[in-house]
Amino acid sequence: MSIPHLLVHNKLDNVGVVVVEGVEAGTDLLAVVTEDNSDFTITTQHDIPIGHKIALSDFTEGDTVIKYGVDIGRIVQNTNKGEHIHTHNLKTKRW
Amino acid sequence: MATNETFFGYRRGNSRVGVRNYVAILPVDDISNAACEAVANNIQGTIALPHSYGRLQFGEDLELHFRTMIGTGANPNVAACIVIGIEPGWTQQIVDGIADTGKPVVGFSIEQHGDIETIATASRKAKEFVHMTSGLQREECDISELWVAAKCGESDTTTGLASCPAVGNMYDKWIPKGIYGCFGETTEITGAEHICAARAATPEIGEKFMKTWQAYQDEVVEPYKTSDLSDSQPTKGNILGGLTTIEEKALGNLEKIGKEISYIDVLEPAEAPLSGPGLYFMDTSSAAAECNTIQAAAGYVVHCFPTGQGNIIGNPIMPVIKITGNPRTVRTMGEHIDVDVSGVVRREMTIPQAGDALIDAIIQTANGRFTAAEALGHKEFVMTKLYRSA
Repeated sequence: MSIPHLLVHNKLDNVGVVVVEGVEAGTDLLAVVTEDNSDFTITTQHDIPIGHKIALSDFTEGDTVIKYGVDIGRIVQNTNKGEHIHTHNLKTKRW
Repeated sequence: MATNETFFGYRRGNSRVGVRNYVAILPVDDISNAACEAVANNIQGTIALPHSYGRLQFGEDLELHFRTMIGTGANPNVAACIVIGIEPGWTQQIVDGIADTGKPVVGFSIEQHGDIETIATASRKAKEFVHMTSGLQREECDISELWVAAKCGESDTTTGLASCPAVGNMYDKWIPKGIYGCFGETTEITGAEHICAARAATPEIGEKFMKTWQAYQDEVVEPYKTSDLSDSQPTKGNILGGLTTIEEKALGNLEKIGKEISYIDVLEPAEAPLSGPGLYFMDTSSAAAECNTIQAAAGYVVHCFPTGQGNIIGNPIMPVIKITGNPRTVRTMGEHIDVDVSGVVRREMTIPQAGDALIDAIIQTANGRFTAAEALGHKEFVMTKLYRSA
């Protein structure tokens, strides 16, 4: 298999992690789900630094983000599939 | 010849095995640092352990200070210990605690003597201790005699994908063989506390964990927070690395405890594990130096430290092995990394292979090979302080 651009922990996850440097907007990314080694492709809408997340589906404000198959916070700004997910649009439900 | 089942360590009188052979010069209090550093400067083969506290502490905070001091001197990586304090009372209390291990330990107090006389007397004793201990030979020991702690730092999203699972795989393989393990970072379990509670060996131990976790939320986070903790947990470095929320960070952190094992007790900060071999949760800060210092004080002799963005931490008496799965960190600060598991994110390396690479590194380190942090001189030694001194 080619080296993946994006890794997803769990089938239930709605975000993936960019694991290569230099990903630019408009790139078709090879994504692998580590849980079962299945793969798919997704087009990124933004330049994404290594380690940062992208949306695997469209989100509206208040939606829950799932990673590791578990709730990691809520969306605070509408976000489209392929866009960057970070502190500007995802917030903890704790503290 | 050593295999993956044995290592060469220093067998101490109290049935424990060390992987280093230090003569430690331990200050009871902040104002005795200068004398300790002077002794360590006079006598080669010794190491001073300066720190910031030890005056006018009381109650639980003082108990933790004593536990940390005594535990550090008692750690099997320390062959002999000189204790220096401003006055004889607390100095002797620490000497007596360390002496229970059977190792050579002597205390000196500065009042009525002054620094210069104290340094001269302590230096003569330190030289004697160096001669007593520097010729000790390593013996072949079973890996079940290793006490291996873990804590991650400057984490990013690769930590949960590669370096923390590598530590978890090591524990899955080695805890059943009889090692002692330890994880902590009470606040950093937030968001995964229900998952952590379920990994306890019994419901009672899970309740003990939840009580410890809830106490920090109620007694520290709630009274002291000014907005929320989003600039501290996750840290600025975590956020640069792509981690967004404490829940996300916690889930990656918890990958360190593997898939198959359970923890068998919940420890106070710096408390020695007394329930036999197995994995323990310790109530610790998530700040690297504070956590590592009290894990060493509990008796752990090797440390596994997964990092994403590149935490550079070391410890003066316990070798700290750095593991990273971030290929950019390997490229930009490779001199800090002992185990490169970035092959995991390229799908060129499996988690069990990453665990095996870590196991090889632990055995080499236990045999005496310097870690990156040792070679680079990292000796961070930081007390955990529970509240202001009197």
